[in-house]
Amino acid sequence: MSFLSIRNLSASLKGRPDRILRAVSLEVAAGEVRGLVGESGAGKSMIGKAVLGTLPQSVVITGGQIILDGTDLLTLPPAVRRTRIGQLCALIPQDPLTALNPSRRIGPQITNRLVDILRWSRRDAQTRARDLLAEVQISDPDRVMRSYPHELSGGMRQRILIASAFAAEPKLIVADEPTTALDVTVQKQILKLIADMQARHGTAILFVTHDLGVVSKVCQSLSVLYAGLVLEDTSIRDFFAGPRHAYSRALLAATPKYTDPDGSLTPVPESVIAATRAEVAAADDAMSDRGRNV
Amino acid sequence: MSDLYQIENLRLSLADMTRKPLLGAAPRLEILKGLNFTIPKGEILGIVGGSGSGKSTLGRALVRLLEPAGGAIRFDGIDITHLTEAGLRPLRRRFQMIFQDPMSSLNPRHRIGQIIAAPLSLHGLDNTRALALEALDHVGLPRAFASRFPHELSGGQRQRAGIARAIALKPDFILADEIVSGLDVSSQAHVLNLLEQLVKDLGLTLAFISHDLSVIRRLCTRVIVLHHGVIVENAATADVFASPQAACTRELLDAIPLPDPDQVWV
Amino acid sequence: MLDGRARITRPWSPRLVLSGSWLTLLVAAALLAPWIAPKDPLAQDLFLGRMPPFWATGAEPGYYLGTDSLGRDVLSRILFGARLALTVALIAGSLTCIIGATLGLMAGFLRGRVDVLISRMIDIWMAFPPVLFSILLIAVLGPGLISIIIAIVVIDWTRFARVIRAEAMAQGAMDYVASATVAGRTRLSTMLTEILPNVLPTIVVLLTLEMGISVIVEAILSFVNLSISTDDPTWGGMIAEGRTSVYQAWWVLVFPLVTLFLTVLSFSQLGEGLKDRYDPVLR
Repeated sequence: MSFLSIRNLSASLKGRPDRILRAVSLEVAAGEVRGLVGESGAGKSMIGKAVLGTLPQSVVITGGQIILDGTDLLTLPPAVRRTRIGQLCALIPQDPLTALNPSRRIGPQITNRLVDILRWSRRDAQTRARDLLAEVQISDPDRVMRSYPHELSGGMRQRILIASAFAAEPKLIVADEPTTALDVTVQKQILKLIADMQARHGTAILFVTHDLGVVSKVCQSLSVLYAGLVLEDTSIRDFFAGPRHAYSRALLAATPKYTDPDGSLTPVPESVIAATRAEVAAADDAMSDRGRNV
Repeated sequence: MSDLYQIENLRLSLADMTRKPLLGAAPRLEILKGLNFTIPKGEILGIVGGSGSGKSTLGRALVRLLEPAGGAIRFDGIDITHLTEAGLRPLRRRFQMIFQDPMSSLNPRHRIGQIIAAPLSLHGLDNTRALALEALDHVGLPRAFASRFPHELSGGQRQRAGIARAIALKPDFILADEIVSGLDVSSQAHVLNLLEQLVKDLGLTLAFISHDLSVIRRLCTRVIVLHHGVIVENAATADVFASPQAACTRELLDAIPLPDPDQVWV
Repeated sequence: MLDGRARITRPWSPRLVLSGSWLTLLVAAALLAPWIAPKDPLAQDLFLGRMPPFWATGAEPGYYLGTDSLGRDVLSRILFGARLALTVALIAGSLTCIIGATLGLMAGFLRGRVDVLISRMIDIWMAFPPVLFSILLIAVLGPGLISIIIAIVVIDWTRFARVIRAEAMAQGAMDYVASATVAGRTRLSTMLTEILPNVLPTIVVLLTLEMGISVIVEAILSFVNLSISTDDPTWGGMIAEGRTSVYQAWWVLVFPLVTLFLTVLSFSQLGEGLKDRYDPVLR
């Protein structure tokens, strides 16, 4: 039984016909690391936001189910849904700069969630925070807990966010492009950290990224998205051995490999884009037909 | 082949605002600690380093957005190290820059056409409109975009508008500061191919700053690796990848996640 | 995937329409007051004192909003009072804006000694309590329209300067300013061409806010009889007079008060409404 089961999830912009998600279906088992890849605007971030209940005001879910640990989140009343998500899920955000409150010390930012929402005692929360900071290889947790975000480097802030995400032992973490804003050496440290933490805590991760290199290092399976439509859904081995979908192949070809001396960077060819767009249009027609027949 | 840039013992420091005393100036933090290199005409130079290496600072020094504390920068034989703004102004049309974040480098309240044409009229050129539209053609953007605002374009399109602005003046040299860092692979490929084409068509000399060596490999003929404000490697691209000399080059190479699950990546 | 984002046409928002309409009406009324006012605002007729508005019993025809204790027509006095209110609003508001915004822009963008000088000036200036300061100024300059305008400008320019300075500083750090430098633009030209359009929405909002404030300040000053020295009607003065007879003739207080309220509200909403409608950057 999958821990997270998204079935035919569709979403669009409020009051407009533009579809953001097109009958997205995917399954994530407990402890599995699933990658969501695609270009910017493909909807991969939106899936994560839909699961966490943080979709922007302008986007509305038009159909489908998000089944988390057996319960469809979309059928729950908002307050119950938020509590459920808070207990089971967490987020590792993209930008370590804006994700931390600049006017509060680090310590309260980690412990507050545990104390206020999950009803831990302050002492337990602080011990937990300290342990986690040590776990993410911060050498002086007490000093860091007393610091403000601007006193710390980008890499350290991202570690704090990771620690924060694992604090309440969530069953599912949505990592929304967690290393896109970091330079390549820091990215490596952070990815390894996430992989280690995941292995140790057994958390499932929905890993959103546009970088296929990153996906091949952290994930066990991936879904390729284009314009809100899932094009391919497969294991990492199978994908990198030879992707089935033409668009996936094109993405792989576009990724620069420094080991390739003549590496030509071929952007996704127009023909592939046209074919994929046709596929999206066909999916839209199928969805409308189903809507009419219901 | 003559050198377009000659850099001698370049030193640059910035004020460390976090340690500024109440009265008096902030202490200076040395960012560039004596750099020596040249950029021949027609070269595509990669400037690589981790965060804090000083690569962005070096780039800004090359286009004189910052004034060096010591050493010399010679552009086509002219010493531009300590020229005043007035002295630099006539030269500025010969070296241009493309910025990392097109959202903050394109004035959100100017239209694209206006943004591209502005440097042209500053240097007293006529028919700025025609030249601006020509620049849009060069970067593959439809002419209709000239009347749009930056937020009405996608990320990749904004980046191309930034490139159009840089090439409109037909400069000798362009500095590209991490221009593909925020883009997904497809947009990245578009931009890099475009840049390569432009270098060929317009006879440009290019300095390309990046922390991503895979992109460098594709585009650059020569690579300089910076580490804490010092050049640790300066060689042709093939050599840097075949046998990197410096430890930090090795570190940068090893850090790159290749799209290959079997890569040994520890 | 996207061919850029489509241009979204913004409709006229209710707040812009309503505030714009009220203010247009007011400006028209003020300009045309001598011709459209039903009665002479200064004409007293003690036999017609405290007549109620037209819908009440015992109203005197022709005096639509009633009369005050001296028999003067409330409506006509409001119309003529609008002339003073709007004059103060437009002149004081604009002058304050021009002086404050210019100094703020220079301080925020040029930094250095210019910033130090202007910032110190702002700090010292803001240390004076505004109400006391204005009363002092009026006492020194003597009552009158010019004095009121000077008082408002002298006190409120700091409001603009502080805010615009902060915005100019934030904008100055943006890459498009660096880009202008690389292109060869002078500092002054950059300030006007690149920075100014980006602080203009804030300036517009502050300007309309300031106009509303000017109207209130004038009303307060005329309430305490420190405004113009002639017998011309002022809204504040009417409110002061109406206070004394509020139980016998509520209309003498209420109508100028409501007009004042609607005018100030409209000014503040106008600024926001204009920004929503015309600023190219959607927030």
